[in-house]
Amino acid sequence: MSNLRLIARLDIKGPNLIKGVHLEGLRVMGDPQQFAREYYEQGADELIYMDIVASLYGRNSLTDIVRRAAHDIFVPLTVGGGVRSVEDVNALLRVGADKVAINTAAIARPELITEVARRYGSQCMVLSVEAKRVAPGRWEAYTDNGREKTALDVVDWVRKAERLGAGEILLTSVDQEGTRKGFDVALVHAVASVVSIPVIASGGMGSPEHLVEVVNAGGADAVAMADCLHYRRIRLPEIRAAALEAGLRVRKT
Amino acid sequence: MSRAVTVVDYGIGNLYSVTRALEVCGASVRLTASHEHIEDAERVVLPGVGAFADGMIGLAQRGQADPIRRFIESGRPFLGICVGMQLLLDVGEEFGEHAGLGILPGRVTPVPATGADGRPHRIPHIGWNVLVPPPSAPDWGGSILASLPAEPAVYFVHSFAPVPADERQRLADCYYDGRRISASVRAGNAYGCQFHPEKSGPAGLQILRNFLQI
Repeated sequence: MSNLRLIARLDIKGPNLIKGVHLEGLRVMGDPQQFAREYYEQGADELIYMDIVASLYGRNSLTDIVRRAAHDIFVPLTVGGGVRSVEDVNALLRVGADKVAINTAAIARPELITEVARRYGSQCMVLSVEAKRVAPGRWEAYTDNGREKTALDVVDWVRKAERLGAGEILLTSVDQEGTRKGFDVALVHAVASVVSIPVIASGGMGSPEHLVEVVNAGGADAVAMADCLHYRRIRLPEIRAAALEAGLRVRKT
Repeated sequence: MSRAVTVVDYGIGNLYSVTRALEVCGASVRLTASHEHIEDAERVVLPGVGAFADGMIGLAQRGQADPIRRFIESGRPFLGICVGMQLLLDVGEEFGEHAGLGILPGRVTPVPATGADGRPHRIPHIGWNVLVPPPSAPDWGGSILASLPAEPAVYFVHSFAPVPADERQRLADCYYDGRRISASVRAGNAYGCQFHPEKSGPAGLQILRNFLQI
């Protein structure tokens, strides 16, 4: 497997970095560029930008934020939220995004996955999944930032999306997100064991122990962190050192 | 003094990041979406993300393939990134067999789906991996890989990789679960990087800076 990636996730509303709990209730944290620069300088392996209201209001206003980021930040950028078409993907790649994360639009029209993968490559097409536990060992996919049920089984959906050409999965636990109580390890394991593409675990990171657990027991290839970084509960260099000490292969910065 | 670089736009990939990274390293960048400004350039960068076949079609549609060949033959500094590196080889196997530019002998083949121990691993190969000198141990000094920190890690994202027929044209390798991958190649002043220097943080920027000094 590749070195584990430590990814900083920035949820955006309008011009602001925000932080939510259970993908809802929002607190404005400030200028996303300031946070992004800090994470880049502290050795973030990648950044993820998610526009969390774009889908609700039918717009994607991330291009300015992404362009600013790409102006000064030279690690991979994944951008999502309200991406509905190949044209939307193109607009984001032109301003410096490397990968695009798609959820709602892919569920509405799965062929979009293939269209994006064929035109820009599978590695560019990240399937964003919001998963909520509905029974032991079963999760339902949600859209619109954890608001709308789809009746889709997450494990079936990720299998299908991989066949259609998705190159990576951004897997967010609606239940754990913002709680700092750890990832939904069973969810990550259920998904990681049925696909051959990389899986990014998101939602619930509170301590380095959570990270070690979701990698060793869950099989995550990468971990996306938001709350613990934005609230400065723990910094990236400490997380990287803890991962190394736990015997995980991470980039040495 | 800023170094002039022509970056070739052949219809695929994120040009903004490679342009910005070169600028940060002191280059003045000119983008060309046509066959112009290639043959008379001081140095040329061929970036790219996506499929090998689409890359060759893009170059052909814009009449850029022959100017690129002639530029490389002139011995001026050239850097191919990701698909831009793969296109230097004879043949690519993605979505069928397709001819490349034929500058470096060899083929572009799938990254093996299992590690050296036979266990499956993730494809694409995505993430940071460490550059190591190949067994021929070329001198990295004076190349684009000069002055890097020990065990330099750079960012890879690919499902196919070039296999140079001539060992001496390998500049750096990396290992993915024990599978050897050609990470960087060199033929005179023509360089290729399978990884993305414009996405590899400070180490990547150092590589681009080195390229501007060639």
